[in-house]
Amino acid sequence: MELNLGPQHPATHGVLRIVVTLDGERVVKAVPHLGYLHRGVEKIVEDLEYFQIPPILDRMDYVANLNNELSYVMAVEKLAGLKVPERAEYVRVILLEFNRIMSHFAWFGPFTNDLGLFGTAFLYGLREREYIQRLFERTTGARMHYNYFTYGGLRHDVPDGFVEEASRLANRLPAVIDEFEYMVEENEVFRLRTIGIGPMDGQTALNFGASGPFLRASGIPIDLRKDEPYSVYDRFDFKVCSASGGDCFARYKVRMDEMRESVKIIQQALEQMPDGPVRAKTTRHIKLPKGEVYMRTEHARGEFGAYIVSDGGERPYRLKLRSPSLSNLMASCVLLPGMVLPDLIATVASVDIVLGCTDR
Amino acid sequence: MAIALPFLIALALVIFVLSNIVFFMWAEFKISGRVADRFGPMETGRWHGWAQPLADILKFLNKEDIIPANADKLIFRVAPFVGFIPVVMVLAAIPYTNKIFVRDFDIAVFFVIALSSFTFVSMVMGGWASGNKYSLLGAFRAAGMLLSYELPLGLAIAGVVMLSATLSLIGIVQQQTVWNIVLQPIGFLVFMVAMQAELQRSPFDLAVAESELVAGYSVEYSGMRYAMFQLGEFFGLWALASMAVLLFLGGWHGPYLPGIVWFFIKFYGIFLFLAFSRVSVPRVRPDQLMDLGWKILLPSALVNIVITATLIVLVPHYQVPLAVSEFVILIAALYLMRRVLK
Repeated sequence: MELNLGPQHPATHGVLRIVVTLDGERVVKAVPHLGYLHRGVEKIVEDLEYFQIPPILDRMDYVANLNNELSYVMAVEKLAGLKVPERAEYVRVILLEFNRIMSHFAWFGPFTNDLGLFGTAFLYGLREREYIQRLFERTTGARMHYNYFTYGGLRHDVPDGFVEEASRLANRLPAVIDEFEYMVEENEVFRLRTIGIGPMDGQTALNFGASGPFLRASGIPIDLRKDEPYSVYDRFDFKVCSASGGDCFARYKVRMDEMRESVKIIQQALEQMPDGPVRAKTTRHIKLPKGEVYMRTEHARGEFGAYIVSDGGERPYRLKLRSPSLSNLMASCVLLPGMVLPDLIATVASVDIVLGCTDR
Repeated sequence: MAIALPFLIALALVIFVLSNIVFFMWAEFKISGRVADRFGPMETGRWHGWAQPLADILKFLNKEDIIPANADKLIFRVAPFVGFIPVVMVLAAIPYTNKIFVRDFDIAVFFVIALSSFTFVSMVMGGWASGNKYSLLGAFRAAGMLLSYELPLGLAIAGVVMLSATLSLIGIVQQQTVWNIVLQPIGFLVFMVAMQAELQRSPFDLAVAESELVAGYSVEYSGMRYAMFQLGEFFGLWALASMAVLLFLGGWHGPYLPGIVWFFIKFYGIFLFLAFSRVSVPRVRPDQLMDLGWKILLPSALVNIVITATLIVLVPHYQVPLAVSEFVILIAALYLMRRVLK
């Protein structure tokens, strides 16, 4: 029997469509169909000047927007040879890590939802996300599409009281993460539904180009923040979290641990943050020299890359974006045949895809 | 007048139960809301949204009754009634005190269990007739659950019936000088778990399974037919929660307060348990559910029967040995299960 899961289905997180061939409840074949949220981002940006591009990138992965902006602005900086002031780097790191935590919170609720804990934990994740979002709103002026990073630093300095508010939030978070773990980890049914479900071995994941928590849960501790430190990540003391199972539980566990490490980074960054300017001397209408550049960073979902080809003008000749969600989704799709339908839902949910990012 | 009286009694009973069901719905909105860090309904009827269930029922009455083009029209139309009418009939067999009851059946236990399993038949009919793949999967799941849950449910009750040597619910309650939950803890646990499966409530709401099957067997139903499935579920809850109270919790027995008050205190205790367990556990998988039904609940129910029967026959004053041995076995089994699952 052929079953059409999505694009309108409660558990497909947007508009993913999976055509599943079923034998009873067992999945024989699962073919993902993408592109329902295709907006032609890569084509649109060819007509835009460099400073106009970050708002478009915000709309790609709409759960971890600042992480999207970073790869792009760092690529531009690399090609233009801009030096970013210290303070801007620190503010970036703080906001990026908060953004990562927000993204994982926004993942946690829907994941339990898909396991059948309908609605209970959903708002817990969103509630915590909301506190961080208020900080972001005060800092960047927007709730979702921040448009805050720009080549050479930040658009404007952080508001008064940013450090106090951020450290208060950061100190509060470990207890919240403990609460979440306490809520689900001792739950027998949660364990039944996640342990050993959708096991991914590290080599297959690597072959598919998977990255981020999805890859680390398969026992391969690759984290770009550690392996090729960008920004000021080399100055902080944090662990790369990995787990060995590769199943849904490992993916959940890696994300929970990762949030704790993010909190540590935020606390260190808040302590070390210097004063000074937040933007290098540069013009709005920048012209990049002819050339190519690829910059990759550790997004909340994995490796997010921006590849710019410049012909020396005010607009990029080509901007290729690498979406972690896409390769993770493709990797997870090999797991699906042989599963029963509820496990398929759990596995796809545990990968944490954002369709705005896969489809672009 | 003599002819009208039964109808009046039936009408009064249904209205009483329906008003309670409206309260159930509201309480469930509120409980699941509070647990999920929400308020639940707050606007309709001004005070904490008390009129929300009424508004929902009115909405269902107003909705268009859609029958899909490739549905099996007759079965599609009939299915909600097949589920609804038997669970309403169950009300006739449930006594509330030894004075307030509709009719004292000799085989009341049998009657209730037999009629309340019609819900599954209606699910299979509705799911099959809808002509939708999701509803078909829901129907299959319902059929599988019927097989694996009716048996433990019936066997869990068998122990109680052996103790009291009657199938009349009033008779069973009258013989409970000690509540049966003390003598039959294993039976009670099996009954509570099987009851949640029978009622299609989370963690066993597999035939509905929002996040997997959209709305399972009821995906194509709308308006009053859908509402009848829902109402049937609540009537089933009424029937089985009452059964739990009558069979295991001593029915209307209790100190100081009148019997009817005790009955509803216990009844709402069971309801609260159901409402909270619904929002605190994820849904199990169909195969895990079968495992639970066949490998854990059925053997436990059988062990329960064996112990009860042996002690009743061999020991003259069997109450104390029965309670002790059941508790010991229960705790040992729970401990072992925990070790195995870890």
